[in-house]
Amino acid sequence: MSEVFVFGAVALASVIGAVVMVAHPNPVYSALGLMGTMLALAVAYVAQAAHFVAAVQVVVYAGAVMTLFMFVIMLIGVDRVEDLGERLPGQRYLVSAAGLGLLGVLLSAGRRAWITATPQPDPVNGSVEAIADRLFQDWVIPFEATTLLLIVAAAGAVVLARPGSPRRATDDHE
Amino acid sequence: MSEWEVTAGWYMNLAAVLFVIGVAGMLLRRNALVMFMSVELMLNAVNLTLVAVARHLGDVDGQVAVFFVMVVAAAEVVVGLAVMVAVFRRRMTASVDELAELRG
Repeated sequence: MSEVFVFGAVALASVIGAVVMVAHPNPVYSALGLMGTMLALAVAYVAQAAHFVAAVQVVVYAGAVMTLFMFVIMLIGVDRVEDLGERLPGQRYLVSAAGLGLLGVLLSAGRRAWITATPQPDPVNGSVEAIADRLFQDWVIPFEATTLLLIVAAAGAVVLARPGSPRRATDDHE
Repeated sequence: MSEWEVTAGWYMNLAAVLFVIGVAGMLLRRNALVMFMSVELMLNAVNLTLVAVARHLGDVDGQVAVFFVMVVAAAEVVVGLAVMVAVFRRRMTASVDELAELRG
């Protein structure tokens, strides 16, 4: 019964955070709303015995990624209220209709697939040891591939964000 | 219905709601940073479904998949924000409406 309350709190907090992120005109508050959603999801992971994933969610997502977002918001100076006026005619109505349609499809598909299914009797073990066992045996090749991905991403970020990038000289004529 | 049990379906419904909010944010906002945050929200919603299914099936593979999604998302954020900083340095704007040089 207590998990119902945990789920209710998580659902309320995450949806409020997500709506604040989309609806608030100031990007700083958008980032804070998303951070709240990520922290609420970390609680949801703990409630589902995914302890390692919850820790990584807090450290990497709510910590590092959102700090990076904050850095860029402050760096390029968009930390002020912006105009939320819609220039495309009918865009809001189309988005509302499409969003409700997508939500209906997802919920009905989820209902058909998951509500009626019986859960597994033995609980999943989401400890660091269990994740590491699987990660370094079955998933070791993808794990090594992510190292390459991270190196390429870091090098690409340095090249892209460097002030004296050589590409600037060639296409500065407009 | 005296005994309520939180099943994977509850979490998947919550994830569907969060995903749709992310889609709406992507379509409604014009600030590139907020659009990028909407993408992160959609990735988080999918992570929630993976964790819910991992618990439902009693298999830790879903949580390993979440780990990989997080790694790829971190790399994506690094490159995406670098692109945004580079664009801002040339155009002095973060609004995708004003980046319309390719219009015919």
